Amino acid sequence: MTGARTVVRRGGLYSILSIFAIFSTFPFYWMVIATFKRDHDLFSPTNNPFLFNEPPTMDHLRLLIFETHFLTYLLNTFLVGIAVVAITLAVAVPAAYSLARWARGWGEMFGIGIFLTYLVPPTILFIPLSRFASVLGLQESLWSLILIYPTFTIPFCTWLLMGFFKTIPRDIEEQAMIDGLSRLGAMVKVVLPLAVSGILTIIVFAFTLSMHEFIYALTFISVSAHKTVSIGVPTELVRGDVFQWGPLMAGALLASIPVAVVYTFFLDRFIAGFTMGAVK
Amino acid sequence: MRGETSITGSGIRDRADLLARFMIAPAVLYITAMIGFPFIFAILYSLSDATTGDPSLHLIGFGNFRAVLADPVFRISLKNTFIFAFVSQTLVIVLSRILATALMAEFRGKWIIRFLVMLPWTAPISLGTIGWLWMFDSIFSPIDWIFRYTGLLGTPGALLGPMQNLYWLGEPALAMISVITVHIWRLLPLATVIQLAGLSSIPRDLLEAAEVDGARAWRRTLEITIPLTLPIISIAFLFGLVFTFTDMTVVYVLTRGGPIHMTQVLSTWTFFKGIEGGDLAQGAAVSLFMFPVLAGIAALVLRLARRSEVV
Repeated sequence: MTGARTVVRRGGLYSILSIFAIFSTFPFYWMVIATFKRDHDLFSPTNNPFLFNEPPTMDHLRLLIFETHFLTYLLNTFLVGIAVVAITLAVAVPAAYSLARWARGWGEMFGIGIFLTYLVPPTILFIPLSRFASVLGLQESLWSLILIYPTFTIPFCTWLLMGFFKTIPRDIEEQAMIDGLSRLGAMVKVVLPLAVSGILTIIVFAFTLSMHEFIYALTFISVSAHKTVSIGVPTELVRGDVFQWGPLMAGALLASIPVAVVYTFFLDRFIAGFTMGAVK
Repeated sequence: MRGETSITGSGIRDRADLLARFMIAPAVLYITAMIGFPFIFAILYSLSDATTGDPSLHLIGFGNFRAVLADPVFRISLKNTFIFAFVSQTLVIVLSRILATALMAEFRGKWIIRFLVMLPWTAPISLGTIGWLWMFDSIFSPIDWIFRYTGLLGTPGALLGPMQNLYWLGEPALAMISVITVHIWRLLPLATVIQLAGLSSIPRDLLEAAEVDGARAWRRTLEITIPLTLPIISIAFLFGLVFTFTDMTVVYVLTRGGPIHMTQVLSTWTFFKGIEGGDLAQGAAVSLFMFPVLAGIAALVLRLARRSEVV
């Protein structure tokens, strides 16, 4: 009796999970299929679209890698990501530390201030920032993205790191200062090594957030060779009105899966920072 | 703070204060320069007649807002922005609740399921949306293929009509459903993880006590789980609203606002007016209509934050 009930429950659980898993992954499965399907197979409406009706091909991948700027987009994305991570670390680590340790009245104000930057999203800022970029002569340059992406990485990462620093007991620093380290020395030599996992987390987020970014890149960059992957793939693999579905799907697939894998490991921290950030 | 003073003396404390100011200065300067300033400029632009051809700030008053309000495309955008955000996020809350409850159970292969259901959030949004664009293709849509295969479409007298395709992105109603589907797909993982955090924060003994007292599963859900996780559900809902309300990528990649502006939203209309159309002033005016809603959402989040320490 109870055994039968368990089986039914398990069955229900697995069917719910499968439905969600299929819904979430189907577009990626669809990319895999299109990446390796021959054009003739891909564009025959009567063929079963879920299977390979003809042998798979590497043509789309070859075209993507050797005949488009795809590798350049990846490189640009990487360069922008690294620079944004560096700027974010340089600004957010000291800010978060001083907010966590020293800030009293104005610290909370500042914390709320950071939260309020969510009120002014890229969709409000991109018009004035496009003017800023052209006044500074940064139109079409990756530098415009490097300068502007920290507008969303710095507030979020400061917030996240603040939580990390708060979990490190003050006693450790105080002991270090009794042992003769300066205030700054205690921070650099004692606290930062303890916060390595927090710092690693913001490195991942600053990088993935800048890789995901779309609006600024679309607004500032129109020269193909300067595009990042998130705008290069959707805008450049379309010739006139003709979508090159094979290479397009290959590009979307290659660019999304690696970052998704890395991101997944840090997702819980992302959420913790997010909700605590909003609440505490 | 006080403890530290007694250990190291007031000289150090003064230095710590100085150090704090010095360390926080770059963040304050950057945020002021790159968020505060541009925001003020967005307001100034909306009151000017600036275009990309002549970007000088020449203030003309509220004319842009009047012009924007009289524009039928703007009204469609405003309406769509609300519909997309509220419909998708209401469904996301319900679905993420189901998924989170399922993920609370112990089962083999949990990590792989978790990785799979998180993919829509972890992959770059424009690239995920490209996958959907191909799924909604006017001729090769696999959804249409299934309908044709099962006889729901493509034969005279079929339930969905005799034509071979539904034209997902060509029919206004279907295009709106498509946009909402992609928003749900994209934000379901975020809401699920937030709800998981809420569910696992409920003290286990509370539920066990209720079970011992004979409370049935639905009563436990209704009277314990939902009230206790309501603050975190609201957080998930409000953040989801912010994301969908301000998102431009999904509509831009999927429909470009079409067919004939029927899926236009405030963010895409800002882009088409302000950047592609070159009318910086009206573009800025359109974008500022998002601000009151965002301010309202933020006020709600802050109030929730004050009221509960649970989250």
